Amino acid sequence: MEVPGLFNYWMAIVLMMAGLYTVIARGNLVKKLIGLGVFQISVFVLYITMGKIKDGTAPILPASGSAEGVVFSNPLPHVLILTAIVVGIATTALGLALVVRIHEAFGTIEEDDIQAIEESEA
Amino acid sequence: MSGPLEHLPALAVVIPLMTAPVIVALRRPWAGWLLATLVSWASLAMSLLLLQQVLETGPFSYLMGGWAAPWGIEYRVDQLDAFVLVIVSAIASVVSVYARKSVEAEIEPDRQYLFYAMFVLCLCGLLGMAITGDAFNLFVFLEISSLSTYVLVGMGRDRRALTASLRYLILGTVGATFYVIGIGLAYMMTGTLNMADLAQRLPAMAHTSTVRAALAFLVVGIGLKMAAFPLHAWLPNAYTHAPSAAAALLAGTATKVSVYVFLRIVLGVFGATGLLTALPVTQVLMVLALAAMFICSAVAIWQPDLKRALAYSSVAQIGYILLGVALLSETGLAAGIVHLFNHAVMKSALFLALGAVALRVGSTRIDAMRGIGRKMPMTMAAVLVAGLSLIGVPLTVGFVSKWTLVEAALDDGMWPVAVLILASSLLAVAYVWRIVEAAWMAQPGPELAHVREAPTAMLLSIWVLAGASVWFGIDATRTLGVARLAAQTLLQGVAP
Repeated sequence: MEVPGLFNYWMAIVLMMAGLYTVIARGNLVKKLIGLGVFQISVFVLYITMGKIKDGTAPILPASGSAEGVVFSNPLPHVLILTAIVVGIATTALGLALVVRIHEAFGTIEEDDIQAIEESEA
Repeated sequence: MSGPLEHLPALAVVIPLMTAPVIVALRRPWAGWLLATLVSWASLAMSLLLLQQVLETGPFSYLMGGWAAPWGIEYRVDQLDAFVLVIVSAIASVVSVYARKSVEAEIEPDRQYLFYAMFVLCLCGLLGMAITGDAFNLFVFLEISSLSTYVLVGMGRDRRALTASLRYLILGTVGATFYVIGIGLAYMMTGTLNMADLAQRLPAMAHTSTVRAALAFLVVGIGLKMAAFPLHAWLPNAYTHAPSAAAALLAGTATKVSVYVFLRIVLGVFGATGLLTALPVTQVLMVLALAAMFICSAVAIWQPDLKRALAYSSVAQIGYILLGVALLSETGLAAGIVHLFNHAVMKSALFLALGAVALRVGSTRIDAMRGIGRKMPMTMAAVLVAGLSLIGVPLTVGFVSKWTLVEAALDDGMWPVAVLILASSLLAVAYVWRIVEAAWMAQPGPELAHVREAPTAMLLSIWVLAGASVWFGIDATRTLGVARLAAQTLLQGVAP
């Protein structure tokens, strides 16, 4: 295992697990959404890391106009993640909007309390 | 094709996408309804044209913006894509006609236009998922359809719709993110996102753990989105508390398109790697499919709310589809694919009919529906027809699916599986019988005195689908023919 070289990947996994654990283990709906955000961001890190090429530079044509002998990083994963970030923001915004409505309707954002209210109704 | 028809694959997605902001800008419920209906029917026309073209000339590609694949985004239309496009747009068309009265009754006037905006966005996402040939583009459409679905579910009358929607949002996002991880790992090994290109390059990398991990992430991620047992926890509440029109749309399309994604990615892209047979993918799938058929059908029998019972039945029916897929034979796959259409037709008919009951009675609980068969005879007759189809009685579409599925199981010499398929149908008899018993065997109480038959537009939609579930049950040559062609095309890329 060459840990230093794979440092980003290890951190992506740590973030992924932390996020997923928060989603599962926390009863507070806002904390759940934060966990979901962390989980999504770990995937952004994973993608951006795979675009890095050793000694690669930003993929911009040098002023000389010739790209001969220059190693570029792969820009495609960055572009993909730009899209995924937009999706992530939309998801978080919608989730938080739902939490606001849930708070109005139930008076709490604790999952256990909401479940108790729902069960007493059913 | 030349002329404007040349751009049909792009237009099928772009027109619903552009209509959504127009509906929001107009802010009028009737304008929203009119546009949503027009767009749905236009999509149906375009989907039928695409299907016709595929059947005539075979699969074809459309290059977005003229950029050649694999660099540009390719829209690929083969028999399976066209079939799914027709299912989605046909259900959306029927539901859109129905939605007017239902939405007026269930959603506050100042929010109604938003319902229609979300309706067309959802349609756009589902059609896009079916037509695209690019794995990452599929993720974008998946999220367009998912985000609009969360909003549609959250618009339900009951406050429990909000918690159902949030639960769906969390699980749906986890599923979609798993999908992105899987695609990312596959991209890492192959450097491409084009599905056809991926299918070509993956076999050389099949021995790496990266590719195996990618397959695992994809199966679980897509499994969450298609509510494959035991990943279905979000579905019952979401369908129960969503507005009636939204529930009918989702029951007919959302999980079906996810099953399509499963077929496209797991069989189409990973089929040639040989991992499906090297790892016990199909065996696990088969066990889970059988578990879904029995456990979820049994749970459906005990539900006091019929909408909820139908939601559990949906999970069971996904089991039938996955069982066909797990057999990995042409007949099995054709049974699964034809059931996509058959189940969409009958389950949407049932949800539409229950929406009409909710409109007139105010509840879909079974004890509130005693004697309803005498008050709303046309609606409940449609429930009976679609219910018989759910059981798999001859002359209905349900029979066609189950017959093909049993045939596929026997072809593979798996007679215990064939017996289990028939045995699970008995559970469907139990939950359909409960409806019959409540609707016709009891006298209507005084609280049903004012109940009238459903409005004509709603009845028309319900009966179009109930009629279709008999029509395509009597003459299944067309649907089954397309399904067989689709199965053949799909299996070409699957290593034995």
